[in-house]
Amino acid sequence: MEHALAALCGVFFTVSIYMLLSRSLIRMLLGITILGNGVNLMIFTVGRLTREVPPIVPDGLVQPATDIANPLPQALILTAIVIGFALFSFLLVLTYRAYEELDADNTDTMRLAEPENPPSPPLSY
Amino acid sequence: MNTVIFRTIAPYLVALMMVFSVFVLLRGHNEPGGGFIGGLIAASALAMYGIASGVSAVRKAIVFHPLSVAGFGVLLASLAGFASLFAEVPFLMGLWATITLPDGTEVAISTPLFFDIGVYLVVLGVLATVALALEEDDRSL
Amino acid sequence: MAETAGYNIDLPPAMIEGATAIADWTLVWPVALPLFGAAVLLMARKHPHVQAPLALAVIAAVIASCVTLMLRIADTGPVAMTMGNWLPPFGISFTADMLSALFAVTSSVLALVVLLFAQSEIEPREVRYGFHQFLLLLLAGINGSFLTGDLFNLYVWFEVMLIASFGLLVIGGRRIQLDGAVKYGFLNFIGTTIFLMAVGLLYGTLGTLNMADIAVNASRADPTTLTAIAALFLLGFGIKAAAFPVNAWLPASYHTPDPAVSALFAGLLTKVGVYALIRVLVALLPAMRIELDMVIAILAIGTLLLAPLGALAETNLRRALGFIVIGGIGAMFAGIAMSVTTSSGNALAGEGGGIGGAAVYAVHSMMTMTAFYLTAGLVERMTGTTDTRYMGGLYGANAPVSILFIVLAFSASGLPPFLGFWPKLTLVRAGLDAAEYWLVAALLVNAFLTTIACARLWSHIFWRNGREADQTEQPNDRLKPLSARALRWGLAPTIVLVLAIVGLGLWPSALIEYGRLAGVGITAPDAYIEAVGLAGGAQ
Repeated sequence: MEHALAALCGVFFTVSIYMLLSRSLIRMLLGITILGNGVNLMIFTVGRLTREVPPIVPDGLVQPATDIANPLPQALILTAIVIGFALFSFLLVLTYRAYEELDADNTDTMRLAEPENPPSPPLSY
Repeated sequence: MNTVIFRTIAPYLVALMMVFSVFVLLRGHNEPGGGFIGGLIAASALAMYGIASGVSAVRKAIVFHPLSVAGFGVLLASLAGFASLFAEVPFLMGLWATITLPDGTEVAISTPLFFDIGVYLVVLGVLATVALALEEDDRSL
Repeated sequence: MAETAGYNIDLPPAMIEGATAIADWTLVWPVALPLFGAAVLLMARKHPHVQAPLALAVIAAVIASCVTLMLRIADTGPVAMTMGNWLPPFGISFTADMLSALFAVTSSVLALVVLLFAQSEIEPREVRYGFHQFLLLLLAGINGSFLTGDLFNLYVWFEVMLIASFGLLVIGGRRIQLDGAVKYGFLNFIGTTIFLMAVGLLYGTLGTLNMADIAVNASRADPTTLTAIAALFLLGFGIKAAAFPVNAWLPASYHTPDPAVSALFAGLLTKVGVYALIRVLVALLPAMRIELDMVIAILAIGTLLLAPLGALAETNLRRALGFIVIGGIGAMFAGIAMSVTTSSGNALAGEGGGIGGAAVYAVHSMMTMTAFYLTAGLVERMTGTTDTRYMGGLYGANAPVSILFIVLAFSASGLPPFLGFWPKLTLVRAGLDAAEYWLVAALLVNAFLTTIACARLWSHIFWRNGREADQTEQPNDRLKPLSARALRWGLAPTIVLVLAIVGLGLWPSALIEYGRLAGVGITAPDAYIEAVGLAGGAQ
């Protein structure tokens, strides 16, 4: 099972890198989402896969009755998902605003901050 | 989407969802549930109310601006952490107190509970801000 | 808890016993207070006039707390507080050694200066959109990154910082800011995701994320795996620190927001990346840093040599300064790349090796680059342009600003007796001791090129009478004097900061001693591990 999930992570990373290499901001956004999901899947996989019950202590006991799944990777992934979601929404809004204001979805045409033909350096002194 | 059936049922559904969100919040200490998921449920209730009755009705109903609610949530959560300052234990350590009501029922009050209520308010406030802003935007189009 | 008696559970071995002293809370205040303040300010959104005073009070309290913490660490060694008293790897620790405390003090003081400077230029609209809240949130993220003792928690603080910096970057909403924010946002997000990837793999390998626990257990894992993970950390933190060749986002975005915001970013954000790199590679995975020595050295040399060339070629003032920030990152990387043993095999651990130099350099770079960007903000306001070719003639119009600029130029290039000289001297001496002659040569060439770049900026902006080309000899008639508001809130805090830089340059011994302590604490993290309560775990 680990091997299958590891291969799936590889597929996620491949796809995301391919998308991130695109010039279109929307595709880069999708690439970032897939990258985040790939990393989450990876954390899940390296936290060991087991067929165990969720780590919840039953009512009336003070420790779990049987073996439980490792809760830590799940907690890490939950945190990473929430943070990733927040950042993704910000980037989505930013992209939308950039599209409205700069009229560009193509990173090649977004040259306000870095002018395309920069003036040559000052020659005096 | 905005049919008569939906508009009639929505207020009842919203009330039910709000109550359920508080149930999920309180259940969260030892069982699945908690402030995060409760806040999500409450925020979706508000969003639904916004779709059914309009954003201004929601803003009137919750009195405070959702962002202030979120700010209050952060405040409450950090105050729950500061409580341990007076017990000589580390920041955010859980402290418990049992209150016996007049009829003999014991209610356990703890700092994790207040922390969780803070999380609930943060999630509710932030998501309601986003949802209401989006719904307002929709109207203007 | 009568019912627990029926079960045989032995909790004490997993718990830290004993009371937590009130003094330990100085670890938490630098993070908790800004968060608390941001929450209060968020609720007081409708009252713009209370925002700045409240933020000022919070940051002053944070500074007091950080200074107390630093003095205590200098006195008795690292301090730790483990949330919920659960011993690592269960609990999340906040742990501070000299390096953390030194950086936290510096960044809190700089946040205060930037807050004051911001009062000279901030518009009511920007206050309403939450400038002060974002500033406090950014400070919480930065201090959290410095003080945390848990790798995943470090990731969370990185993201807090990132979200707050997004907010500050787009506040104001000019078109150029959107362009800069897109590049900043995408590349930094990829950087933190790579960092998260490394954290996940490290957890899978060692089963712990507590920094002290990692330092104890790292030698037990397969070195090949750990080296690969360390390389991922290097890539992730390299992006955050804007090291060559992944520095493209910095010159694309740092000149776009308001000067106060770009000063804060230039001073603090990249150094958090450097701090994390020092912490992870040198303190936690020292064997892997030796494996990656060559790579870090090449990155350092590339950054050191190419960044000042970028500054030379640039005509946009704040963009040129951005390249000088990157050059400083190269110097810190050089410190990280330096081996902590001499050529003859004697351990330099007592001296802290290049790490002490890198720590002092980071403090210098934070202060100098913040002041530099603030001065650039004043220059831009007086000339009404961002292009150095059209500035000209400012010396006659405002001599104090020109003096500030030349002092900062000398400090940034590392000329004595200014602050930048001492960390460069420490680094060069550590490099000579460790026989890293290429790094030393690159450091010296970098100082030379930076001197040229800064001196050229100064002569173009201040010394030359007028604007570029045929008007050079005519006085520049477009200069505007600073308003009373800009003099009081803009010029005064900048002068105080520059005076602090000059003062530290003239009396550097305390700073160098703290840097040495930081270097020793990082290269020999026994006291750090002990503070968390893991001394018995080391075998």
